[in-house]
Formats: sequence, C-alpha cells, structure tokens
Amino acid sequence: MSAVTMSEQGEAPRLGMWVFLASEFLFFGGLLLAYVYARSHWPEGFAQAGSHTHVVLGTLNTALLLTSSAVIAVAVACAEDYRRWSRRLLWVTFVLGLAFLAVKGLEYWKEWGEHLVPGPDFALHAPGAELFFLLYFLLTGVHTVHMLAGLVVVGTLAGRGAREATHVEVGALYWHFVDIVWIFLYPLLYLVGRAS
Amino acid sequence: MSYLDEGHTIKSWLTSTDHKRIAILYAISISVFFFVGGAAATLIRLELATPAGDLVSHDTYNRLFTAHGVIMVWLFLIPSIPSVFGNFLLPLMIGAKDLAFPRLNLLSWYLYVAGGVLVLCALAAGGVDTGWTFYTPYSTMFSNGYVVLTLFGVFVTGFSSILTGLNFIVTVHHLRMPGMGWFRLPLFIWAIYATSLILVLATPVLAMTTLLLVAERLWHIGVFDPALGGDPILFQHLFWFYSHPAVYIMVLPAMGVASEIIPCFARQRIFGYRFMAYAILGIASIGFLVWGHHMFVSGQSMAASMVFSLLSFLVAIPSAIKVFNWTATLYKGSLRFEAPMLYALGFVGLFMIGGLTGLFLASLALDVHLTDTYFVVSHFHYIMVGGTVMAYFGALHFWWPKVTGKLVPDLWARIAAVLIFLGFNFTFFPQYLLGVAGMPRRYHQYPPQFQVLHLLSSAGAVVLAIGYLLPLFYLAWSLRYGQRASANPWDARGLEWETSSPPPTHNFTHPPQLPERVYDYDPTSPRAVAQ
Repeated sequence: MSAVTMSEQGEAPRLGMWVFLASEFLFFGGLLLAYVYARSHWPEGFAQAGSHTHVVLGTLNTALLLTSSAVIAVAVACAEDYRRWSRRLLWVTFVLGLAFLAVKGLEYWKEWGEHLVPGPDFALHAPGAELFFLLYFLLTGVHTVHMLAGLVVVGTLAGRGAREATHVEVGALYWHFVDIVWIFLYPLLYLVGRAS
Repeated sequence: MSYLDEGHTIKSWLTSTDHKRIAILYAISISVFFFVGGAAATLIRLELATPAGDLVSHDTYNRLFTAHGVIMVWLFLIPSIPSVFGNFLLPLMIGAKDLAFPRLNLLSWYLYVAGGVLVLCALAAGGVDTGWTFYTPYSTMFSNGYVVLTLFGVFVTGFSSILTGLNFIVTVHHLRMPGMGWFRLPLFIWAIYATSLILVLATPVLAMTTLLLVAERLWHIGVFDPALGGDPILFQHLFWFYSHPAVYIMVLPAMGVASEIIPCFARQRIFGYRFMAYAILGIASIGFLVWGHHMFVSGQSMAASMVFSLLSFLVAIPSAIKVFNWTATLYKGSLRFEAPMLYALGFVGLFMIGGLTGLFLASLALDVHLTDTYFVVSHFHYIMVGGTVMAYFGALHFWWPKVTGKLVPDLWARIAAVLIFLGFNFTFFPQYLLGVAGMPRRYHQYPPQFQVLHLLSSAGAVVLAIGYLLPLFYLAWSLRYGQRASANPWDARGLEWETSSPPPTHNFTHPPQLPERVYDYDPTSPRAVAQ
C-alpha cells in the first residue's frame, strides 16, 4: 500500500518542482556557456552590440519582474489563511508579467526597425556583433517562452483558486526561477557592454 | 483482478495512467524502434561484407549509420530499461500504488512517441548523414539531410526523459513504504534513481545544444561555424556534456538489473550492498566530469585532456567494485543457470571487456591512435549492446512472469541467450582487431586486407540477429500458451514478488511484508539445495 500521508502529498509537487528547476538551470546553462565563450572570443563586437540594446526598457522590465516576484512571495504567505488576498496578489503578479511581455514586445519591435535582428541587412559590422544579437534573441526568446508558461500557471492559480496552499508555493517557485534567469540576463545583455 | 483486465480497448491503454500499462506501451514502442534500428545495422553489415562499396552508395551508407545511431541511442537505449522496467517495477519494489505523478508519466510516453515519429518522418523523407553526434560543421554547412526535423525529434524525446527522471526521483523520495529506508532499497532502485538524476541534469543541455544548432542552420549565424565567428569545439563540449553521461543513463539501469538477477540465481545475498549503492552514485557523479575524453584529438588543451583522462580512469574504480561484487556474490552460491542468469552473466563479462577497453581510450597517447577507428565502435557496442541490451533481455526474461503472468519456455530462452552472447562476440570482437589495425569507422568501402575480419563481423551479425528475433516468437507464444506463473516463480526476494502475477491494478491487495533485510537469500536453504 502506498504510504502517502497528507503532508507528503504536498511534499511531492514541491520536490518535483525543485527537480524540474534543476533541469531548467542546466538548460539555460548551455546557452549561457555559449554566451560566455563568444563574449571572450569577440570582446569588442560584443561590447559594441551590447551598447545597442535598450537599457531603459530592460531596466523597466527588471523592475517589473522583481516587483512581481515580491508580490507572488506575499501571495504565498497569504495562501494558507487569507485566500482572497492571495488570489488578488496572484492577479497583480499576472498583470506585471503581462506588462513585462508588452515591454519586451516593444523592444523587439524597435530592434526589428533598427536592423538589429540577425540577417542579411544587419546593421552592425564589428565581428561578433551579429552573434551577440543571435544569443540575445535566443536568451530573451527562451526566457519569454518561460514567461508565457509562468503566466499560464499564475493565471490558472489566480482564476481557479488553488485547492491547496502548496500549489501556490510551487507555482511561485517557478515564477521566481524565471525571475532569477532574468537577473542574470539583464547585466549580461544590457549592462556589460556599456561599462567598458 | 489484474491490471491487464482493467480494460481491453485500445483507448483503455492509451489513456491509462497505470505505471504498469505505460511500461507496456513503452515496451511495444521501443521494440518497434529496436527492429528499425536493427534493420539499418543489418544493411551496414551487409555492405561491409565486401571491400567494394557495392550494395549502397556512400551517401546512403552515411544515412544508414546515422539512422542506426539516432534510433538506437535516443529511441531504444535511453528509454529501454528505465522507461519499461523502471516504470513497471519502481512502485512495486518500494511498495507504492503508482508513481508520484501518474498523468505526467503518460505525458512522457506521448512525448517519446511524438519525438520518435518526428525522427521516423525525417528518415522517411530522406534521412540525415551527419552521424548520431551531429558534429558541426557536418550538420550545419555540409549536410543536405533533414537535420532540423531529426533534431526536433530528439529535442521532444528529451523532454520525455526529463519528465520520467523527475517522476522517478520524487517517487523514490516520497512513496517508499513505511520502514523502507534508503539502504533497504533494491539496487535496481538505486540504479534507476541515479539514472534519473543524470536524465534530469544532462538532458536539458542537449536540448539547448539542439536549439543552438537549429538556430545556426536556419539563420546561418555562427555559434559553431568558425567562418561566421563561432567554434565547432563548443558544440562538442555541449554535446558530450550530455552524451557522455548518457552512456551512464544506458548502463546504470543495466547494472541494477544484474544486481537483482545474480543474487536470485546464486541464492546468495548481494556482496557489499552499500558499496554497490555508493558505486552507482559514484559512477553517476564522476560521469558528469569526463566528457572531454571524446575530444582528445579535437584541439582541446593538453592540460584539459590530462584532467579528463585522469577523471575517466577514476570511473573505472566504482565500475570495478561492481564487477568484483557481482563475482563475489557468485562465490559459494547455489548457482542456477536459467535464461535470466545467462543474460546477467553475459552482461558482466561483456561489460568488463567494454570497460577495460574504455581504459585504452582514456589513455591520451593510445587514444590518438584509436580515435575514430573500429576500436571505438567495438568499445561502445560492448557497453551498450553487450551491457545494456544483454541486461534488457535479462530483465525481460526475469520479470516476464510478473508482467504477463506467464512463464517463458526456458529451453528456447537459453538457446537465444547463448546465440546472442556468441553472435555478439563474433560481431564485435573482430572490430577491436580492425581498429587496432587502423580501419577507420564510417567508411562503406575499405582495403581488401580488412575483409576477413569484416566478414567475420558480418557473419556474427547474422547469428546475433537470429538471437534477437527468437524471443519475439517464443515470448509471443508464451503469452497464449505459456504456463501460468505463480506470484514468485523464481523464489526471488523483493516486494514485487509479494503480489500476484500479473499484479492487481493498485499493485498490492494487502500491504506487503517488509523483509528483515534486502536480498535475503540463503544458499543453504532446502529449496536452493534441491535445485
């Protein structure tokens, strides 16, 4: 017979999410390795290309995402005893996530207009610059896919209401992970090129 | 009522979240891929029977060995023992009703099938000529095959691996029955657990690598192409970061199987249980740090090569501990040589040869001579076919009565086991000699002085093929006409033998009795002596 006790039922999804995040960590790890390698190989090209990213929009997005993480952390704290508040805060997280994607979309649109999308009429000529933007679009693109998945998770938790407090916690774990990935992407893509 | 009687419609199978039914779905689908991959191997060996490239063109030959590699590695070997026997046995062995996430388990199977179908589509459309390693720039600049489609299939299958690994890890942590501590787990569970860790931590890197490769191929921007600013060595690092641990994904479960079968047929407690468990974890962890030994001739720095060489030698220590302990388990046991035991013993011997020749390849100077020769081909076939496939067939025969409720005709099973063992050695031992003599891999024609050894190898492949086809017939026969199996036909230990054969839907009708200790066999018990 299965030895599942009530407390363990909550434990299983939590451990499952941690294991999944470990996997995700290595998924991004491969891409970050490619970035580190390419940056060390083409320092000038990467610096030049890096200064063409939209640092204001990137900073705004960082603020949005960090705020959303704080909000969802409060939602977790409320999940047990203040369920209505928890759901409201999840909606706030959801809206902040949507705002992030809207800003990201605006950024992509501007970059398209400035010929920063790798391709035949790419605007920059320094060797390695195009590679920077390829990695930029891959990194932020994969991150955006994770944001979309996060929005589905948070939206579902907010809309249906979690049956158990651990579900909110597990969803929030994922959301924090997506946030942490961004914390790495922001300096690598927006800041380093400007410092030199 | 057994899980097999839970419903007889196709839908009842395709929507079942029962781990035992999903295991059977996996068994059927991986068997299909095994025979497709085997057909490609057959054509390869036929072509190599003569020195001239007379059966297929060099281009077709490239596509054949790529198809063989891609299918056998990702669609057969990786899911073979974990997804079939891990799925079936993990909950039974720890006294649970099911895996921690049954629906996720079903999703894993669908992802696996979707990935497999994508790969088959790519093959049907014309195939890929890059080799299973997809090395750049073969796969980016020079390939005219369906690289993107194949990679996408591998990518999707990877998610099936990750989710299966996740499910197993959580199950082992949280669903063990009361009183079952970590050091009371069967070694098969330890092996599946360590395998799952690798699945979860290595597969995502492969997924990312395929994404980068697809991006490079579609947009012609060089992550890996030096002409465009990239580096092909980066690809090799990323690829082997997954694909070397993947070897342990394939062989650790096989070690787990051998650790179940050998004590049972030697009527002896496994020797050095804790060392066996630690050795499994040791292999899994060191396995993450040796990928660079695939790149000794790729222009990697000498310092890095020396570190990778040393670490590769270190893997031999836990591996040898396992071989010694299996052997010590046999000592003074009451041996019985039924079919599962023949496979298990074959596994130990062939794994040992494969492992020892691995040390040749871990030696820097020798590797320069042996890289990309048939020595390498033979080495990894000894591990993957001699090791994993032998163990897979051992598991198939050992647990067949539990899975189906029917006994296997033992004489036929023994004949097949001996044929596979002999056929395997005839096929692959000559390839060691070919490699030492300098025959490079991946050529469809060769100088005439190699013909004798190639011919031996091809003749051996015929014996091997017969050995692999035989079980198809007698196992099918046993389903219909086989003798009914009792709950524990081998008089084996382990919770899976405490329940009926085949098990009921929820595995146990009453809580199983946890034994005093694992592998509680006694070589002097009346039953063992009577054998």
